[in-house]
Order: sequence, then structure tokens, then C-alpha cells
Amino acid sequence: MTRDDATAPTGGAERYEMVVGLEVHVQLKTATKAFCSCSAAYGAPPNTNVCPVCLALPGALPVLNAHAVELAARAAIALGCTVHPVSIFARKHYFYPDLPKGYQISQYDQPLATGGSLSIDEQAVRITRVHLEEDAGKSIHDRYPAATAIDLNRAGVPLIEIVSEPDIRSASAAGHYLRALKRVMEYTGVSDVNMEEGSLRVDANVSARMRGATALGTKTEVKNLNSFSNVERALAAEYVRQCAVLVAGGRVEQQTMLWDGVHGTVRPARSKEASHDYRYFPEPDLPPLVVTTEWVDGVRRGLGELPDARAARYGAQYGLGAGDVAALIDKPRVAEYFEAVAAAHGDAKAAANWVLGEVLAALNASNGEIDDFRVRPPALAGLLDLVRDGTVSHAAAKTVFGEMVRGGEPAAAVAQRLGVTQVGDDTALNQWIDEVMAENPIEASRYLAGERKLQGPLVGRIMKKSQGRADPKRVNQLLAARTGG
Amino acid sequence: MSASLVREALDRADAVGAGRDGLNILVAVNPNAERDAERNAERDAERPAGSSGAGTADERPLAGVPVAIKDNIATLDVPTTCGSRILAGYVSPFEATVVERLRDAGAVVLGKTNMDEFAMGSSTEHSAYGPTRNPLDPSRVPGGSSGGSAAAVAAGIVRIALGSETGGSVRQPASFCGVVGVKPTYGRVSRYGLVAFASSLDQVGVLAQSVDDAALALGVIAGHDPRDATSAERAVPDYRRSVRRAATDAAPLAGIVVGRPREYFPAALHGGVRERCEFALDALVRLGATVREVSMPHTDFAIPVYYIVAPAEASSNLARFDGVRYGARVSAEAVTAMYDATRSQGFGPEVTRRILLGTYVLSAGYYDAYYKRAQDVRALITEDFRRVFADGVDLLFTPTTPTPAFKLGSISDPYEMYLNDIFTATANLSGVPAISIPIGVADGLPVGGQIIAPHFGEASMFAAAAALERALGTLARAGRASPAGDRP
Repeated sequence: MTRDDATAPTGGAERYEMVVGLEVHVQLKTATKAFCSCSAAYGAPPNTNVCPVCLALPGALPVLNAHAVELAARAAIALGCTVHPVSIFARKHYFYPDLPKGYQISQYDQPLATGGSLSIDEQAVRITRVHLEEDAGKSIHDRYPAATAIDLNRAGVPLIEIVSEPDIRSASAAGHYLRALKRVMEYTGVSDVNMEEGSLRVDANVSARMRGATALGTKTEVKNLNSFSNVERALAAEYVRQCAVLVAGGRVEQQTMLWDGVHGTVRPARSKEASHDYRYFPEPDLPPLVVTTEWVDGVRRGLGELPDARAARYGAQYGLGAGDVAALIDKPRVAEYFEAVAAAHGDAKAAANWVLGEVLAALNASNGEIDDFRVRPPALAGLLDLVRDGTVSHAAAKTVFGEMVRGGEPAAAVAQRLGVTQVGDDTALNQWIDEVMAENPIEASRYLAGERKLQGPLVGRIMKKSQGRADPKRVNQLLAARTGG
Repeated sequence: MSASLVREALDRADAVGAGRDGLNILVAVNPNAERDAERNAERDAERPAGSSGAGTADERPLAGVPVAIKDNIATLDVPTTCGSRILAGYVSPFEATVVERLRDAGAVVLGKTNMDEFAMGSSTEHSAYGPTRNPLDPSRVPGGSSGGSAAAVAAGIVRIALGSETGGSVRQPASFCGVVGVKPTYGRVSRYGLVAFASSLDQVGVLAQSVDDAALALGVIAGHDPRDATSAERAVPDYRRSVRRAATDAAPLAGIVVGRPREYFPAALHGGVRERCEFALDALVRLGATVREVSMPHTDFAIPVYYIVAPAEASSNLARFDGVRYGARVSAEAVTAMYDATRSQGFGPEVTRRILLGTYVLSAGYYDAYYKRAQDVRALITEDFRRVFADGVDLLFTPTTPTPAFKLGSISDPYEMYLNDIFTATANLSGVPAISIPIGVADGLPVGGQIIAPHFGEASMFAAAAALERALGTLARAGRASPAGDRP
């Protein structure tokens, strides 16, 4: 049972289904803004990355950032869209203090790209369009009493808006879609996709309709969704609200709803925030954006491997299960790390286990990025080599790994220093066996008399006596040999 | 030497009463003008003789020359207010590309000239600074919106002034003031630093005492600017060479076909204007040109189309004047109330009218009927030009305005005022270059004739204008010898 089913009201609501389309804004990873040469970096002191163009001073004019176009095209192509040879910038008008020009430069009836799709859960969500636009500044309402502060560092930062068709049928599917989209943005290097820094923002169009119906119900737009889990919670809440209205015989009003994450509720936006006549018209300061087929092909060739292709390859090349594959490919840098370990060590399954287990756990603990992780792939492969050839036990390897994370020493050196190198020498092993047999005469005699089930407990005691250093495989062999084979 | 040119200009401005209580031509004088001129002179003097920079005439053709700048073109040192209360006292932190280029050529910014607020008007009566008066007859308007720049040239304060065009705002005042006014091809001159009125129509233009000065100044300011995405990446021809050639050639227009579009000579045309135009056309024939009657059937749509497209873009371009970041702010409790108060009090009635009109035509449900349809008809007007030039016509000759300068306050109906642009707006809508030159006097007032060329055909346009200017002699500019504003 999905979350939506669980939370939908009973008494008729089960006859409805959720219909969702998502509008996702992704900030492009350019050095400079979309229409001026100001830095697009996040986190600078307020109003320091500004110039006449992004302050909308009288007489300033926009000039398009070519890198923004390339990144937008990368994203569009990766989502299977057609990049149009000619697209048109348009002005979208509204008055707001953090929108310096009184309009946003966007694209309207001739966007950069249309007609793509993104696969989730065996389903393809169609992508209506991908277009380029600029961000607005930021209004800060809680900094000064009875005043709003404006920071225009973000004004003019390039964005793409990715609009899906209403193909999403549940809150969890919306979450899957967003995670898949984020993955594509990361794989293509289009964006940092950091929701905390606002480099990925989501608006959701949601409606309810009778199951089996083909016409769409009246939709509402849900805004203020600041995390993927909030998107799922907000969609569930809004769907429940709409179902309740419909079940009661009412009509859903087309409006903008704001998600309140603290209370877990949606509430209607004030009407001023809701309805706008944006008065779009073609931006006369910018000529049509023209791209050649050759250029688009070049961008396509430069894309590299996309998440779905990589997942398929990991299944085929490494024989890994679907769960491991999904976890490995989620972050492109993690996947690359895994591949480097697998290549250096040779056993992809072991590499996958270690990356998904110890490596990710260590990263989570330190809240670090894999690129900065102290244990580089060759070093991890070195540790896995020691495990495979029996020099270090699996248990001890985890201790060694912990030391490698802390100190950056090679695996062999750590194992030596900690004295956890496995003992495979028969003389030493027989010494421990003799001692354990002497200390446990009853079990020893029963075992030697043929009671094989006692081998496990005896080996355990031998391992304990050796403080884990005995090679368990050899101990088993030596012990078995005493029974005569 | 150069400092003295600036001093002379300032003295002349005083003498003609260019200030607020006189002709009201200059709304601000550059406090650093004399200092700039001295620095200029020093810089030129420092150049070692015989170095590549020695030829100042080539590299700094405007060395020491004072120029007046329309108040909607961004300048350092002097406010840029667009004749509007909403920008009262606003000083731009950057300079327009055209001003930088003038300075690089040695020119000195003398000051800023009065204009219709945000360049919306044809009389320079719609300015927060009050109206500018025509130096040739102070009871009359100088035309607009670049009326202050035209008057500054007509009054002999400067040889060269910058104006701006959206629908005729350089050529119409040039015509009313008996000076030369050039509207270059759209994209020929950078708009960076020109405060936008209607971006798809706006171009910086030149007002000058002679065709040669106009050619000189346009040559200096023209050319690609990476800061303006609509500026053309085309080489700038030597316009003055075309002017010189026209001046020395016996039959400078031999082989040139000049079109006389019948739609520009309506029955209602002012008799004196018609007569001067026919005289000028005869002169063109004497200079070797063939005059051919042509038809440009969509001309009549220019005014309706212009007064949809231009206000639409203006409503968008002027949205930035919101009281948030710069300019006037009328405080209020809520931000929307602040917008209302700031914009209602900051903009004059004509600007308000056009913002409302433009907002309306872009509104949902009206866009297709107005803006989109206007753009479709605009394409037909452009096609008229393309076709006539493709059919063997090299240049077109028309009157610049339907009448000579009218009296201050005599036109109160906005639509009647808009009809002043009837012969000029077509060039803005289609992007072709055009020049107005004085072609004589009617009712004691100057009459302007317009030469229109194909896109980027400025060189041949200047050649024809120079030849006609020479043929007509100084007759047309006779009035300027003793400007009415000239007082002891």
C-alpha cells in the first residue's frame, strides 16, 4: 500500500487518482550570470555580485552567457528533448522588489527544447519542455524588523525550467522523478542540484480525477517545496484535501497553495501571489537564440554516460544486483569511485559491498564528499587485496579501514602497526589449538571422537585466543586434520 | 585651443539663454567640461611628434569639440534623468558606449539636453524641466523628443549633439530647427547606456550643423559593441569620404535612382513643405539622380502600428522605475502602495498614458489582437522598403514632417501630436537609416527633407544628403544666422 492510498480519505476517495506534473527550476553551474559577467557564486555577502545589468540600471542591456546555453542544452539532450535550432527569449512581467527589471527574461512560446522523457519505476514521465531563464533576487523578510531586505546576488543567475507532463500518479513517484532528475543533472555536470542553496526548486501541479477518466481535474499549484520529502508530503496533503472536496460534492478551485512544512499542511496563497497576467512578449534586447545541428551533436557527444546506461552496464559488466546498482549509480562520483576500486582490486562484488557499506557510512559520519575522502580507490583496493589473500580477516579489515580513514596510511602498514595481520603459520596455529584443546578436555575428546558439530565452537575459542589473528580457514583445516581427515 | 571651444560653447549658451528661464535647452551643464577639455589638450600635447598618434585628426577627430548629449544617454559626472521626475538627480555609474566613443575621439561632454520625458513626445513640451523653445522662434516648439539637442545645434552652442530615435525623435526636431538629423540603421550604433524606451525601435542619432559633421559623429559612435546584443557586427564605412566625394563630383548622383513615395506626399501636406520638397527633388535631378514615383502601400499603418509596439515595449522597459533601487521613491506602508505612489507621481501624463496603453495591448486576451497584429503589419511596412529597394530604387526622398514647427501648447490632442511621426516612424519600424536635412523655409520656418536608404546604406545616404545640402546652399539655414534667442 502506498503512502497516498494510506492517507486518502475513505468513503469514495478510493475512486480517485492523483495526477501530478512538476515544474523544476535548476540553477546552472556557470561561473557568471546569464546576462552579465557578475559571479554566479552562492553565498557572497549581500549585493556584492551585482552590476548595472543585474541591478537593471537605466541603459544597461543583457548579453547572453554562452556557457549557460551549453549547460541548458546538455540537460535537455540528457532528458531526450529536441533542442530547437531557433528559440526566443521572452519577458515575463511582474512587480516585486527582488525582480530588478520588473520582468524576468525567460522563454515562452518558443523554448530551447521540447519533447523528452525521464524513466522512473518502469514508467516514462514525459518532459514537456526545457527552457532557459534568469533567477530573481532574494527578499529577506526576517532580518530587519518591519522591513524587507533585498539581496540581488542571485538576480540574473541562469536557470533552466524543466516542465513535465501530468504523468506522475503518486507522491512517491514524484519523489522518484525528482531523484532521477537530480541524478541526470549531476551526471551531466549541469548543476550542483543543492536544494539547501536553492539550486533546485520544485513547483507541483496536482489534481485528482476519477480512476479511468482521461480528462484532467482542476489543478492547484503547490509552492514552497524545499525538499524532496516535503514535495511528497505536500502532494499527499493536497491530494487528500482535493479528494475531501470532491467526495463532499464540491469543486476544486484553481489556485496556488503554499506548503507549510512545520504543520504539514497546505494553505491557499493570497490571491495576489496567485494570479498574474505576465504579459509575455519577445525580448527585444536579445536576438533569437540560434544553434546549429553540429553544435547540438557536439554537446550530445560530450555528455558522457547517463545514469540509466550506467545502471545497465553495472548489471551486465559486474553482475551486481539491482539494489546495489541503484545505490552505486545514485551519485556519479561514488559510482566512479566504485569503478576505480573494482578495477584495481578485481572483485566487483567486494568493491560494491565495501563502497556501499564502509565508505558511505564513513562519508555520512563525516558529512563529507567522496572526492575529498581520504581513502582513495587504490588504497581501498589494497585493503581488499589483503582480505582476499587472507592477510587480514574481514573483521580486522574494518578496524584497519577506520584507521585508514583517520590517518591516511596504506592498509598493509596499518595492519602491521595494529598487529592484526592474520597468522597462517601452522606452528603458531597448532600452539593455540593445543592450548584450547587442553583447556576444554571434554569437548576436545568428544570432537576427536567424531562429534563434528563441535568444530565451530572450538574454532571460535581458538580465534578468541589468537585475538582474531588466526586464519580461520587454516585453523579449520588443522583441527579437522586431527580427527584424521 | 580645446578648452577655448568649450568656453565658447558655454558663453554661447549664456548668450542665447539656453538655461531654464530661457530657451531651456540644457538641463545640466557638465561641471568638469573645461577640466576635461584641458586634460584632452594636455594628452594630445604629450604625444611625441611623428608617433602613430600624431595624426589627431584621424584618431581624435573631435579633439576639444564640445558635444551636447540628450538626457536619456548615460553620462558620468552629469545626471541622466530622461526629463523625468522619477530620475531626478540620478547619476549613472557607467557611461553609454556612444559617449565613451565620443570622448575617445576627443570630444568633451558639454551637458545634457532637454527632452520629452523618456523620449515620449514630438515637441519637448512633456519634460519635467518644462518645455524647450525653438531658437528660431521661441513661440514655437523645437520638435521632439530630442528637442534640446536640436535646439543646442540650431542655437550654435554645439556643432554636434546626440539624440535618440524611436519614431522620429531626431529627424523631426532637426527639421523643426533647421539642422541635420540622422537616424542610423537599427544595430548600427550601440544602445548600451541609452535608457530604453522601445528597444526594438530605439537608436542613438546625431544632430549636427552640417551633413559632414553628422557623418563625422556617426562614424565615431557607430560599430559593434559586445555589450549590446542587437548591435551589428559590420564594419563602419568612412562616411566622410562619401561626403567629400559628393562635394567634389560634378554630377555626384549620376546613376542614382531616388524614389518619391506617393504616400508621403498626401493631399493634406502643408503647401510650403510640399513646395520645398519638389524644389529639393528638382535639385536631386540636377545632381544627376533619376526621380521615380513609387508606392509604399502600408505607410498609413505606421502610426497605429508604432503606437502599439512602442508603448508595449515602453510599459516593459519602464517597469524598472519602481522606487526600489534608485531614483525617486514615494514612501508608503505596503510595497504595492509605494509602487503606486512612486510611479503615479514620478511619471508625467504622457508617459503614464503610454504605459497604460502598452500594458493593455500586452494583456492576456488582447495580445494577439494588438501586439501580434501590429508586429505582422510592421513586417508589411518593412516589406514595402525591401521591395522598393529591390526594384532598383537606391534612396527615397520624402518630407520629414507634415508641417513646420508649431506653436507651444497648440496641440493638445495626443493623436494629433502622434501624427508628427507619420513620415519618420516607418524607418524605425523597418530599421532602415534616414537623414533629415534643411531644404528651405516655409512661413519663415525651416523645412526638413528626408532621405531614406536601405539597411546599412548610410554611406550613400550621406553622399546624397551632402550633395543636396551643397546644391541648396545655405538658404535653408538662413534663419540660424541670427537665432531669435540671441540676445546681447
